[in-house]
Amino acid sequence: MPTIVVDVMPKAELLDPQGKAVAGALARTGHPGFTGVRIGKRFELIVDGPVDDALKAQVQQIAEEILSNSVIEDVVGIHYELSNAELAEEAAHAAAEHADTGYVAPAGETH
Amino acid sequence: MRIGVITFPGSLDDRDAQRAVRLAGAEPVALWHGSHDLEGVDALILPGGFSYGDYLRCGAIASLSPIMTEVVDAANAGMPVLGICNGFQMLTEAHLLEGGLIRNDHATFICRDQVLRVENAATDWTSGFEVGQEITIPLKNGEGGFIADDETLDRLEGEGRVVFRYVDVNPNGSLRDIAGITNARGNVVGLMPHPEHAVEPGFGPDTPAAMRSGVDGLGFFTSVVRRALVEA
Repeated sequence: MPTIVVDVMPKAELLDPQGKAVAGALARTGHPGFTGVRIGKRFELIVDGPVDDALKAQVQQIAEEILSNSVIEDVVGIHYELSNAELAEEAAHAAAEHADTGYVAPAGETH
Repeated sequence: MRIGVITFPGSLDDRDAQRAVRLAGAEPVALWHGSHDLEGVDALILPGGFSYGDYLRCGAIASLSPIMTEVVDAANAGMPVLGICNGFQMLTEAHLLEGGLIRNDHATFICRDQVLRVENAATDWTSGFEVGQEITIPLKNGEGGFIADDETLDRLEGEGRVVFRYVDVNPNGSLRDIAGITNARGNVVGLMPHPEHAVEPGFGPDTPAAMRSGVDGLGFFTSVVRRALVEA
């Protein structure tokens, strides 16, 4: 099934006490080279159906309005992870869709 | 006067808030997050606790509860709404109040009797206090650091919407020592410290007079009751 990955980070200008605590632990355990650590969140949304433009718009809205709070966080990435079988199916689908225009989807094309 | 106290999954201080309402001379009404019915109450309290285990962000999932549709409508129509601790976090997540609450700057939970200075005594929940008055009520939070961008902070201060500031100690890294704020109309107030834990002698913070005798929190609840009497 397609998996949509949404990455959320605390705003860069805000103090990240969790990251600061981890950075302190790194320094104490013999890893002095790391000057900072920031901790964010990764959401994996599993969908049962095609990843089309409508769904992508929906994901964008969910990411901005529910998964993150724009006062304290930023959505830093939205990625679509498809299995090999899904990639092949999508390529075939795209090829069929564009058959009358002579368009051939390049191998491995994804959204 | 009937004051609704909404219980969410993981609410902790709903019963204490109900008790505070009773001690202030009003009738507490227990409301449930999954309902769409405010049962005709005259004011609302969103209590402290750890709704949904603080999953996602503190107060975030609770702010999407069914009853919050009615809470937002009622707040915008002028009903007095008080958000305490987790309830304050819900009010920011529901965009009824500006800013946000993040993990304490020292990254640990803190529990202490906290001195606050009253900055705005004109809200529905603070009219029984005087500007500049110092009160002591318990504070207990892990994610109580109030933050907003500079423009928002300047606007809150410029419009007199900072209701309480921390005195002596800033317990959680809140910007400009802000402990609580209100909306433009003054009917919605949110703060991190817990007035409902300082309403009855024997159970409040220590005072110079006697141990656990502090009842400074009672003023929140008597303020809103008196307001209702004046309007009636």
